[in-house]
Amino acid sequence: MIGEGIQSTNQRKHSFVKDHVEVGFFTDPSVCIGCKACEVACKEWNHVPDDGFNWSGNSYDNTGHLGASTWRHVMFLEQDRQKGNQIVGSPSLGNGDGEDPFRWVFLSDVCKHCEEAGCLEACPTGSIVRTEVGSVLVQNDVCNGCGYCVVSCPFGVIDRRPSPLPDAGGAFKCTFCYDRQKSGLVPACAKVCPTESIVFGRLDDLRARANERVQHLKQNGYGDAQLYDPTETSVGGIHAFFLILGEPEAYGLPPKPQVPTIYLKSAWMAAFATAIASIIATLLGFAFFS
Amino acid sequence: MTSEQRLEQLREKAWQEGVVPGRGVDVVGGPIPRKPGYYGQPVVKPPVWTWEVPLYFFFGGIGGMSAVIAFGAILFHQVEIARTAMWIAAIAGAVLSPILLIMDLGRPHLFLNMLRVFKHRSAMSMGAWILTAFGTSAVAGLIALELHARQIFPGTLGQLLRLAAGIFIFGAAIFGTLLATYTGVLIGATTIPAWFLHRILLPIHFGTAGLGSAAGMLELLGHRIAVLNFLGFYAAAVETTLLIWLSLDKKGAANRAIHEHGSGWLIRIGEVLNGPLALILRFFGLVPFAAISFLIGALVSRFGWIAVGKVSGADPEAVFASQR
Repeated sequence: MIGEGIQSTNQRKHSFVKDHVEVGFFTDPSVCIGCKACEVACKEWNHVPDDGFNWSGNSYDNTGHLGASTWRHVMFLEQDRQKGNQIVGSPSLGNGDGEDPFRWVFLSDVCKHCEEAGCLEACPTGSIVRTEVGSVLVQNDVCNGCGYCVVSCPFGVIDRRPSPLPDAGGAFKCTFCYDRQKSGLVPACAKVCPTESIVFGRLDDLRARANERVQHLKQNGYGDAQLYDPTETSVGGIHAFFLILGEPEAYGLPPKPQVPTIYLKSAWMAAFATAIASIIATLLGFAFFS
Repeated sequence: MTSEQRLEQLREKAWQEGVVPGRGVDVVGGPIPRKPGYYGQPVVKPPVWTWEVPLYFFFGGIGGMSAVIAFGAILFHQVEIARTAMWIAAIAGAVLSPILLIMDLGRPHLFLNMLRVFKHRSAMSMGAWILTAFGTSAVAGLIALELHARQIFPGTLGQLLRLAAGIFIFGAAIFGTLLATYTGVLIGATTIPAWFLHRILLPIHFGTAGLGSAAGMLELLGHRIAVLNFLGFYAAAVETTLLIWLSLDKKGAANRAIHEHGSGWLIRIGEVLNGPLALILRFFGLVPFAAISFLIGALVSRFGWIAVGKVSGADPEAVFASQR
């Protein structure tokens, strides 16, 4: 895919929506240059409003986190670890051993489009649906802004857009550029990514490619490279998965995300037990004290 | 040492020695992340809900459980209590609750979209349907009961009204218990650590607080009868047990919002008011004070649980700890 030029899946026209092919994103920080073109392209194409121009002081990241008006977010991690086999640091500044391990990691975060999506399960209006390509889509004209998806997303992606922004009150997140995909186009972020750090394509192709990439990096000194795709938890895998260097926690990614529907059974049992106990207590009360 | 002082020290050293080894200053937020997770950013999103939601939990609980008391009263031919209870059920559960719930929506004019789908895997969807079913049966039950009690229609029609009142009030009682308890499921089945870790306690607490509040409200409206006193004792005893359970159930960083943060005090103050204090007041026969104490406690603890959810959801370490 890389080096395939216009033949790359990031550039080719496709018919995935028509053919009902599951697609995904594979985001690879080892080739990301932190240019934020994905953030800009996403905002431009989807008419996502700005949500403040605040200086965070957190490296070069002034976006902060994903939210109702941030659907792509480039993270900037500054870690005192070595990046691959690179020799970094100046011997004159260090303690004489020439080692000053430091790495700057960029990763473009996005909605994970979970296999078992918490937001989709929680939505009481049917506004959130699964599309033909397996992505999770909020139908903005149906959403009444109840806010339940916000606390049901294990990754803290979806949020309710506050006033006075346009379309305030509704829940928003990455649409996987469903409108573009229906026309055979590639999502804006992947299309614009200059290093193909964001790759768009068939889910099975991407998974194979991601595993290959992890192996390749491991052989080249990136001992802590791993795939972030929680298939063994109740989330059941994600359609936008990431290669990460180090632990998921450093990227603000939950180590074992769970879809909150797994808590329903025990909570409802407690509710039914309480309901029955209340009725029995009331009837006993009337039977014995009146 | 503040970062400014450290900077001064580094400048001094640079002036004297020409080079400065080490990694410089450790200012808040960078350059090497010192906060948990990614610059301390929340991993899950804290709830966007405001004051309407805990107030809805409170009124939904009172309304729902009032219908249960009304049903018991009807069964045992205590029509006067049933009438007052059904008025509470209708006002709190069928009028105030929907208003509060709609006010909390980001787009209130689209509230009817709640009834587009029926999803048993969404507690919010189930809640919308439970509230609809409860509101319908409570209002219908109240109308039938009032028409029957005032004997507006004589003869067969009067008897039919009595039957209708019985059926609707039974329906209101069943949906009422669900209305008072589902709210615990609603916040228990989320990704907020302080909530899902207590998903068993929450429905018990919300439902029992609803029952005690309904009994207390009826007592304050003049029904000083033994049945309601018994229900007051029952609810306060259960709440006392829950307070002990919650105090012992510490899970480290995962639910520290409850045990270490100010919002946790709201829950504890609420639980003391509707648990031990209400129990003691009732024990000494100070029924109105016990009722007031219970009602305030039920209200404060609902606000406490939402406040704790906001703190817990914004705490990345709580999320990590809950998954280890």
